[in-house]
Amino acid sequence: MKWVKALLATLLTVLLVYALNRTYGIVPALGPFLSPYEGFWRSGSDDDFSSQELSLAGLRAPVQVRFDSLRVPHVFAQNNHDLYFAQGYLTAKDRLWQMEFMTHAAAGRLSEIIGDRALEMDRYQRRMGMMTSARKSLAKMMADPESQAVLEAYTAGVNAYIRQLPAGEYPFEYKLLHYAPEPWTPLKIALLLKMLAYDMTGSSDDLRMTNNLRKYGAQVVNDLFPDYPFREEPIVPVGTPLDFTPLPVPPTPQEFVAGLAFHTLERQKPENLGSNNWAVSGSRTANGYPLLASDPHLGLSLPSIWHVVQLHAPGINAYGVIIPGAPGVGIGFNEQIAWGMTNVGADVLDWYEIRFRDQKRQEYWHHNQWKPVRREVEAIKVKGGKTVLDTVLYTHHGPVAYLPHEKAFKKTSTPTGHALRWTAHDNQNELKALYLVNRASNYQQFRQALTTWAAPAFNFVYADARNISIVSNGLYPLKWPGQGKFLLDGTNPAHDWHGWVPMDQVPQVFNPARGFVSSANQTPVSPQDYPYYLGSSFAGYERSARINERLSAMTQATPDSFRVLQTDNYSYVPKNVLPTLLRLIDQNTLSTNQKKAYQLLSTWNYQFNAQSVAPSVFEEWWQQLARAIWADDFPPATLKAPARDRLVQMILQEPNARWYDDMTTPQKETLALLANTTFRQVADSLSTGQPEQWQWGHAKNSSINHMAQLPGFGQKLFAGGSANSINALSGSHGPSWRMVVQMGPQVQAWGVYPGGQSGNPGSKFYDNLLHDWQAGKLHRMLFLKSVQDQPAATSVHWTLTKD
Amino acid sequence: MLFLLILLLSLLAQFFLPWWSIAVVCFGVAFLRAHRGGQAFLAGFGAIALSWLGAALFWHLVTDGLLSSRVAALLTIHSPWLLMAATVLIGGTVGGISALSGFFFRKALR
Repeated sequence: MKWVKALLATLLTVLLVYALNRTYGIVPALGPFLSPYEGFWRSGSDDDFSSQELSLAGLRAPVQVRFDSLRVPHVFAQNNHDLYFAQGYLTAKDRLWQMEFMTHAAAGRLSEIIGDRALEMDRYQRRMGMMTSARKSLAKMMADPESQAVLEAYTAGVNAYIRQLPAGEYPFEYKLLHYAPEPWTPLKIALLLKMLAYDMTGSSDDLRMTNNLRKYGAQVVNDLFPDYPFREEPIVPVGTPLDFTPLPVPPTPQEFVAGLAFHTLERQKPENLGSNNWAVSGSRTANGYPLLASDPHLGLSLPSIWHVVQLHAPGINAYGVIIPGAPGVGIGFNEQIAWGMTNVGADVLDWYEIRFRDQKRQEYWHHNQWKPVRREVEAIKVKGGKTVLDTVLYTHHGPVAYLPHEKAFKKTSTPTGHALRWTAHDNQNELKALYLVNRASNYQQFRQALTTWAAPAFNFVYADARNISIVSNGLYPLKWPGQGKFLLDGTNPAHDWHGWVPMDQVPQVFNPARGFVSSANQTPVSPQDYPYYLGSSFAGYERSARINERLSAMTQATPDSFRVLQTDNYSYVPKNVLPTLLRLIDQNTLSTNQKKAYQLLSTWNYQFNAQSVAPSVFEEWWQQLARAIWADDFPPATLKAPARDRLVQMILQEPNARWYDDMTTPQKETLALLANTTFRQVADSLSTGQPEQWQWGHAKNSSINHMAQLPGFGQKLFAGGSANSINALSGSHGPSWRMVVQMGPQVQAWGVYPGGQSGNPGSKFYDNLLHDWQAGKLHRMLFLKSVQDQPAATSVHWTLTKD
Repeated sequence: MLFLLILLLSLLAQFFLPWWSIAVVCFGVAFLRAHRGGQAFLAGFGAIALSWLGAALFWHLVTDGLLSSRVAALLTIHSPWLLMAATVLIGGTVGGISALSGFFFRKALR
């Protein structure tokens, strides 16, 4: 009996310890997680941030690091190796979990840390060829001695940090998910660059557009989906003459309509994925030197997408932001030049219908012969389960993302049985481009540096003390006009991509007569001024129109004028359509509440301010109206509805278009009828619910969440702006970094981003800038000249010495 | 006495060893020094609960409770103090049960 008791009690102890030492799906291992000696309780601490000396194996000479009041590290190294080593070390100190998590996501390895719930997501990443392409990209970078040295030094720096990190001091998320950081590798840096290409260019409308073509035929599709919009203000001013002799463009083959694709899985182009950048020449500024602004818009998350750093060594003094885990400065400035990026949005991802020889799928038909299919086996490790082997089929086009009988991840849009052709698989050395841009001191060097920047294509804005420019730089396939708008024929060699637009013939504008350059993801250049087809679904022109309107009016611009412009909430969408729509409303039959809504809209100044109610009413009405017009003809599950630009044109110019009629009802609807019905619905709902909920800042429901969507680790936002305002905050999308740079003998800069330098959710520096970012404030960026430059704000000083 | 011994040894152990070392300490000390089951359980429970409460409170205060509040929201209990109570309860339970089994084992051997 005594033994039974003893054994039972001991068994209970062992079971209890075991049960508390393991995770259950997303439930953390409570023992190690809650223990205040190793668990999360102590993860919040980062206040021991004081001057110190660290000795690190792998450094070649001492490195000085000064931290300013925003905790931005200013790194002073004596050689390139130590510079990137220190950047790796310091970034890992701030963001280790985030940088590893992002590379796991890109590589399709999330199942390793969160189990089989991520399996389909991982499979999708592998099928898109992310890992294969990152490996090839790495080989290309490693073939260049300078890039290789940077990759290896940065990697060594990250690993120096990981090596000395005791388990009790792992970042919070490791404790929550109960795993440990693995060594950093150069491949992870390649993966981050691929992830960037995926975020910017990994989407398409080809499948839905093909469905449109099959349903309505070429005439209707050409009418509703024109290659060039009704209203546009291209980046290159209209009428700019060509300064090169173009290559011949491939001939347009016979019309092809792909067979019915049973799909799913096309990632549709997000409409609000946009960014702004602009620069004005010295003739328009108060101090006579150019000013430059850049605000990339991305899915906002915490830890912040960006890490701020100053890098100083012989041959380089650069300041700016970079995605944690990648070496160098991405968007920023040095002592001579400043630069920023917006996404081009060219069509660089196409799908080819594949005809396999038989069910074995070992050969496919192309150019009148059977060609071999290459197979690559991907091993997906799964936490708490067996490793899943997945075979990906490769044609010369690219990977066949999903086979005809398979069900794709995210069920509403990628074609199955189609091979993916995508510039992210054509590797160039983007790292080298950044390396050289960081060190460039004039326009020639800047352009030269960009020649190895392939994907994603960016509109690079540029300024130095005398010049301004924008280059829509990247790798573009040489296409026939409209190629890749629809699914392509994988058997016909005429449908293949035929070479590339030469890098010195990409759209560019240099010191234009109007004294400013700007981009907001609109069409880079009018087809009348450019020989090559780049795509046909660029972002709407509204943000660029507002930027250009304001810049044209600036004669004495200051950095503060740019700050105000970056937070401008005005939108051209209501300006263009609202007066016409309001004229359609039959005012005599409106109820009192409806009259109030009408009054609200008719006196609105088109500013999407957080406290206003009018923007919420307009936005709701506009969405409902668009749905009422298109949903019957273009159900979003299978077809793509025409762009906003085309809808605006139709409302203004085609009052009798057939599309107003709702096909699902016997009677004939008109624009006026739809406008009246939808307006009344919205106006009636306005009187329900709490009045504050209709304030735009609440109604738009913006938030910034933790990267792993952990409840309690993000924040709701209350701010103005809209997808088509310069301040493009909409949902969880918005300006991820706002930067203003004043050029001249002493470059000065200001910036802010939603978040902070630290990735630690328990640190004050996790989201210390969020409030100022919402309020539209900028912080002066401390740009130090040399290691002797030691302002009081940089009192925390680290010396890294070799071990 | 038993309580103090467990408290001191488990503190020492936890600075260097994984969290489950508390079970080993409680088991061992109770095996050697406990006289009654209730005493063993209470000493194990109390010592570990106190050592966890002290450390959790310390970190909560020096970090201004930023992270503990977020974790409380994550676990949908929305109060760092409830989270602390749960922490103390779990640590204490492991301590108490392992001490009790140490004592039972000793009794079985006699």
